[in-house]
Amino acid sequence: MDEQIHTDTNKEAVIKLEHLKKSFGSNEVLRDISMELRKGENLVVMGRSGTGKSVAIKCIVGLLCQDEGSLRVFGEEVDTLSEEELRKLRIRIGFLFQSGALYDSMTVRENLEFPLRKVLHLNDQKDIDERVTEILEGVGLPDAIDKMPSELSGGMRKRIGLARTMILKPEIMLYDEPTTGLDPITSREISELILSMQERYQVSSIIITHDIACAKATANRVLVMDKGTFVAEGTIDELEKSDNEFIRSFFK
Amino acid sequence: MLQAFTISIKRVFEEAGDQFYFAARFFRNIFRLDFEWNEFIRQCYLVGYKSFPLVGITGFIVGFVMTLQAQPTMKAFGAESFIPKMVSISIIREICPVIIALICAGKISSGVGAELGSMKVTEQIDAMEVSGANPVQYLVVTRILACTIMVPLLTLMADALGLAGSYVGININGIVTPILFFHKAFSSVEFGDLLPAVFKTVFFGFAIGFVGCYKGYNTGRGTESVGLAANSAVVSASLWIIVIDAIAVQLTSALGF
Repeated sequence: MDEQIHTDTNKEAVIKLEHLKKSFGSNEVLRDISMELRKGENLVVMGRSGTGKSVAIKCIVGLLCQDEGSLRVFGEEVDTLSEEELRKLRIRIGFLFQSGALYDSMTVRENLEFPLRKVLHLNDQKDIDERVTEILEGVGLPDAIDKMPSELSGGMRKRIGLARTMILKPEIMLYDEPTTGLDPITSREISELILSMQERYQVSSIIITHDIACAKATANRVLVMDKGTFVAEGTIDELEKSDNEFIRSFFK
Repeated sequence: MLQAFTISIKRVFEEAGDQFYFAARFFRNIFRLDFEWNEFIRQCYLVGYKSFPLVGITGFIVGFVMTLQAQPTMKAFGAESFIPKMVSISIIREICPVIIALICAGKISSGVGAELGSMKVTEQIDAMEVSGANPVQYLVVTRILACTIMVPLLTLMADALGLAGSYVGININGIVTPILFFHKAFSSVEFGDLLPAVFKTVFFGFAIGFVGCYKGYNTGRGTESVGLAANSAVVSASLWIIVIDAIAVQLTSALGF
């Protein structure tokens, strides 16, 4: 890593990766990565497709298991947790999938009610309705409540996906390419939404993106990944002025 | 050559291990207090009610065709009056359970495989898992139990419709009253004919649900994998049905049924 590290070390690290490695057969995807996410910060991870960004955040939520290295979330070593402990940890982490991953057999309302009923075990319909209405207003889509996912545009699906994740009020958000495939206006709206979620709920976020506008709008700190390792770290301004041509090329 | 053989053997053991782990997750989640009753009832409706027309028509035609095929031979021996007995025992003991299970493997197992496979490919199962919900309990347990309960019921209904089909078939070339037909049909059917047949359909239903869920839940990447999951679900479930049937026949013979 040839860039100066810019992290507010006074804040508590909510995620800590140390020498993480992950391979699929002979394909070595993560080659010794180390990083920290500090409380309340937006950390943007950039890099070419296939460099292991999504694999890294899937390891964080326990969807994939690392081969080597240490992965701590809220101080707990993820790969040593029992199924029940992992489930409890996951409630504190939100994950926005690239496609939104809405349950396509359910309406928007049912999508939003699902985590409230199945995870928080709420049964009071009035309370559930209030939470659903509040979060839908938060993402600016109160009229979509009775629509099916197939009736929504790509941007709307991502907003509802974000709403479904945020309805559990997670402390950490992991965004997997939140603006990919969206027009510039919708991308800007999603970036503003990420910022408003950070301000409103004080979440710490890792945002994986190729979108420079999204990175500029949301990042407190940027990590650049290449071939399974982090090759640079800093603010957008610092990375734009990097001596390394490869890193500068991301910001052109 | 030896290396390819070693790899194949390794894959077989890996697959067996994965299936064993999946089965363990299923059984561990059955006994949880927060059972998904609503989803279970919805799956019973989808598996049972939605399959009924296909299963019913099949059962009726099986009885009808068996009767028409048997009539010339039985007539040559002057044994036409044995047709109701022969058809009822054949249908109840063997033909309907196996044929209905194979039809359910084609309809239900592929449907479940494709549904869960597409949910896997579009990351819906991952989304459920990372939200802290329990996808095995919500998606897998409900579907397997629904199949385990509904396939025997569908088979019983197909048995009844098969006998109705036989009655219609016998009346094409002559007139037999319903009372006489069903009296003759049930005079030779004993509880020992029905019980093992129903019992094995419970296992058929479990195999249909389990294989569909396993193949769908473990789908690879891309839409091609969904088709492969649905296809291999049908093939594996059909194979399991034949194997279970062979074991059940041996067991029932050994137990004197």
